[in-house]
Amino acid sequence: MSALELLTWARGSGLALALGLCLFGIILRLFEILSLGRKTDLAPARTVTPGSGWRTLLSRSLPPPGMLSRAPLTYVGGYVFHIGIAIAVFFFVPHIELIRGLLGFGWRGLPNLFVDIASIAAILAMLAVLAGRLTDPVKRFLSGKGDWLAWGLTFLPLATGYAAFHHLAENYTLLLALHILSVELLLVVLPFSKLFHVVGLFLARWYNGEIAGRKGVAS
Amino acid sequence: MESQSKNAVGAALEAAGVSRREFLGFCATLAAAYSLPGTAVDAIAAALEKAPRASVIWLSFQECTGCTESLTRSHSPTVEGLILEQVSLDYHHTLQAASGEAAEHAREEAMRAGSYLLVVDGSVPLGNPGFSTIAGVSNVDMLMETAKDAAAVIAVGTCAAYGGLPAALPNPTGAVSVSHLIKDKPVINVPGCPPIPVVITGVLAHFLTFGTLPELDHLGRPKVFYGESIHDRCYRRPFYDQGKFAETFDDEGARKGWCLYKLGCKGPVTYNACATTKWNDGVSFPIQSGHGCLGCSEPGFWDQGPFYKALSMPTASMQKAVGAAVGAGVAIGAAMAIRNKAAMTAAKAAHEPVRVEDLERKS
Amino acid sequence: MSASYERGINAFMEVIDAPVASFFSSCVHCGLCAESCLFYTETGDPQYAPIHKLEPLRRTWQQEYTLLGRLAKLAGLAKPVTDEELAAWSPLVYDSCSMCGRCSMVCPVGNDITMMIRKMREGMAAAGHAPEGLVTATARSITSGSPAGVKWVTVQAQIKRMQAQFGIEIPVNKEGADYLVLMSSWEILNYPEYLGAVGRIFAKAGATWTLADDAYEATNSGIQIGASDLARQLVGRIVAAAERLKVKCVISPECGHAYTAIRWEGPNLMGRAFGFEVKHILEVLDDLRRAGRLKLKGSIDKPLTYHDPCQISRRGGVHEQPRTLLNQIAPQFREMNDGGTMNWCCGGGGGVSANERAEALRTIAFKRKKAQIEELGVDTVVTACANCRVVIEEALEHYHMDIEMLGLTELVAEHLDEEGI
Repeated sequence: MSALELLTWARGSGLALALGLCLFGIILRLFEILSLGRKTDLAPARTVTPGSGWRTLLSRSLPPPGMLSRAPLTYVGGYVFHIGIAIAVFFFVPHIELIRGLLGFGWRGLPNLFVDIASIAAILAMLAVLAGRLTDPVKRFLSGKGDWLAWGLTFLPLATGYAAFHHLAENYTLLLALHILSVELLLVVLPFSKLFHVVGLFLARWYNGEIAGRKGVAS
Repeated sequence: MESQSKNAVGAALEAAGVSRREFLGFCATLAAAYSLPGTAVDAIAAALEKAPRASVIWLSFQECTGCTESLTRSHSPTVEGLILEQVSLDYHHTLQAASGEAAEHAREEAMRAGSYLLVVDGSVPLGNPGFSTIAGVSNVDMLMETAKDAAAVIAVGTCAAYGGLPAALPNPTGAVSVSHLIKDKPVINVPGCPPIPVVITGVLAHFLTFGTLPELDHLGRPKVFYGESIHDRCYRRPFYDQGKFAETFDDEGARKGWCLYKLGCKGPVTYNACATTKWNDGVSFPIQSGHGCLGCSEPGFWDQGPFYKALSMPTASMQKAVGAAVGAGVAIGAAMAIRNKAAMTAAKAAHEPVRVEDLERKS
Repeated sequence: MSASYERGINAFMEVIDAPVASFFSSCVHCGLCAESCLFYTETGDPQYAPIHKLEPLRRTWQQEYTLLGRLAKLAGLAKPVTDEELAAWSPLVYDSCSMCGRCSMVCPVGNDITMMIRKMREGMAAAGHAPEGLVTATARSITSGSPAGVKWVTVQAQIKRMQAQFGIEIPVNKEGADYLVLMSSWEILNYPEYLGAVGRIFAKAGATWTLADDAYEATNSGIQIGASDLARQLVGRIVAAAERLKVKCVISPECGHAYTAIRWEGPNLMGRAFGFEVKHILEVLDDLRRAGRLKLKGSIDKPLTYHDPCQISRRGGVHEQPRTLLNQIAPQFREMNDGGTMNWCCGGGGGVSANERAEALRTIAFKRKKAQIEELGVDTVVTACANCRVVIEEALEHYHMDIEMLGLTELVAEHLDEEGI
């Protein structure tokens, strides 16, 4: 199989397989979670705040007072790599074309220079958070195989994407194929690893905000 | 130059009226292509002038004659064209005057003389030998027989190099490339549909000058011509980097000559010299004329996704996969949900009210 | 029946719900919960990372309620939750967590870790891994009506004292009163002034109130140890008294977890909404103030700060009221760093103060509160939870700090405008 054929497989059957497994996994996980249900809270809410769960969806993206200085690497590293990845994923023209190909709509991309800067920032931030995970006693203590795997699976698309874009190896076609395959691996593992937080955090934040909101606490 | 044989390339060029200046210019181009120092230009010129006219047997199998057309009809006589003409093209069933048994006889003669180059265009059908025959001989038999004593084999065009169009899915003739069959000697792939004339003459010139074959990449292509992608050498590349794209073939971006990536250009994954040598004596190449690269010099290019969809777009419909995933997700998810509910109900049923005395273990 | 491993795991399976599953599904092991937890920040020991305290519950969820986890379990690839492990987790779940809820405010994916600790304790208690101190307190609550073993006669003695001291009437079992007033053991034993303060304020405000001789204790060891069946019994006594006396509102005293127990868990434990309101005393005071029935005058002429009890402020939503009240009578009121809903716990909530095993750790954890007080340079700390008050007073003594602790209700009572109304 040539590199181009591998690329074509990755764009076709590979993508179908990965998207399918990812979607299957997410649906299964949502069934697993939501089937456990939740008792209605019989305690009257302090104030009726229907928006509290939704508000927390956004507000949890900001560090609570005093926390930024306690864990600067976690916050700053986390922001940079999440935002950097988001820019690379959603504003690089070929990626937008992929989305257009899948969903039928797209939007304007950013010039490559910006995407490049965002990717480099994301790569550096990911290396920094890895260093943090290796050295911080708590993170080290909490980390298991799943954490290293999730880091690797997230880093791989960034690294291969960057390498392909900058032709860091002779065979661009192969790099591009490996880049797409690494994303597909990420998609397949996503529902069954801590990467599921990209879906789960919406539930978690909503529940948290709703629970706190009923008590009259902005969480 | 007295020692120069009458059969040598130099004499033939002179006879054809090619000036020394033009000839040296060609040599300098080759030296540059092969990354040789400036001093090598004279050496190349000397070697070429002295080189005996090499005997070339040209076999055409499942092909469209586009490769031959490309070479012979490209433009007014040039040094490249003449170099090609001045090889001793002993057998080429499109170009030779002889026909029938005389033609086949010419091939056999050339083979007997030995030390010939074998050029092949077109793919070889293995599905049934009767799919393509010449003088009653199947392509595969003729190839194997002719290749046996060839000094080297040059597969010209994507069909000979990689199977090309005849091998496109579902490959009804069982077409294969030359290198699929010839394993015991070097096969130089000069892919393209058709390949660039100067690339073919360049490979010939290398063989004539150095007596060796140029350095090849992992797909058997001369690195000097196939080392860089169209995208990397494309004059429209700055627009790609700036995020300026033609969205349709007749929009403002198209008129302004912006990047054709979104219109399916395969430049990023196509390795060829089109963007630098161009076609028709350096006049233009597909992207310059407003159409994206089809990737014609890459293996299996016909089957590598739609021509008019961006390279990052899916090559197949995801509908089936998505449908199956949603179906399976809902089915297995619902089964798991029922199981979870049952497990929870069982746990609630198994609940024994905790009394004060239950807070400690009684052993 | 006795406590058993099986009952523990069964309880885990009962308490896991969709929020718990989404919380466990979302954790990225970022470690921020540890940075928000005083048991970690003051010890530097990573095992006190809040999410780690839930590990047995998490694995039970994974192995029982997820497809992959179940398959792994069936294939023998999953690490089972053992009884030894539950025993090993007891100090983490009971000693190093005061259920203060700071981690639940900080978690970037939104996990309510505190709520999960509360749930995990259900299984730990059913498995017999609750600490002795809490078991004893719970047993006393059930058998004698109060975790400290305070009997009605003791209350009666304090009633007499307060009536004599302040010249007020303290009604008992008075049907149709506006308010049913409860107390915590600490108030009955250490701070009976609370009762006097409530009496004076209500007399001034013209509110009718009562005590109940069968429901005077507001605290609920059941929710601290994690035994909802017992918590239900304890809340049930209050509900029965409130309904018998037909009061409009039950007032949770200056006690953090009592408020949680009656206000937020109560109806859920009983399985029905109450026909009466439940309020914290600070809410009642602020209501009276707003209605113009509580007028204050004079001021305390010294710098002071307010310690937010976690269950009242962060987990209860009562954080504006104490500030409104304090601003009227304490011109030198200073806010602690991190004050309000992000305040640091005294270290003794959630049953930690009733758990002798946790004493050394609690003293270390107090360093956070110590630092907060020292930064401000105040000599007076006001709070609205008798448990916080006792814990802080003990720790102040340990650290040889000369700080005065005050209950906010008493402070309000001392500044009643006698001319008003």
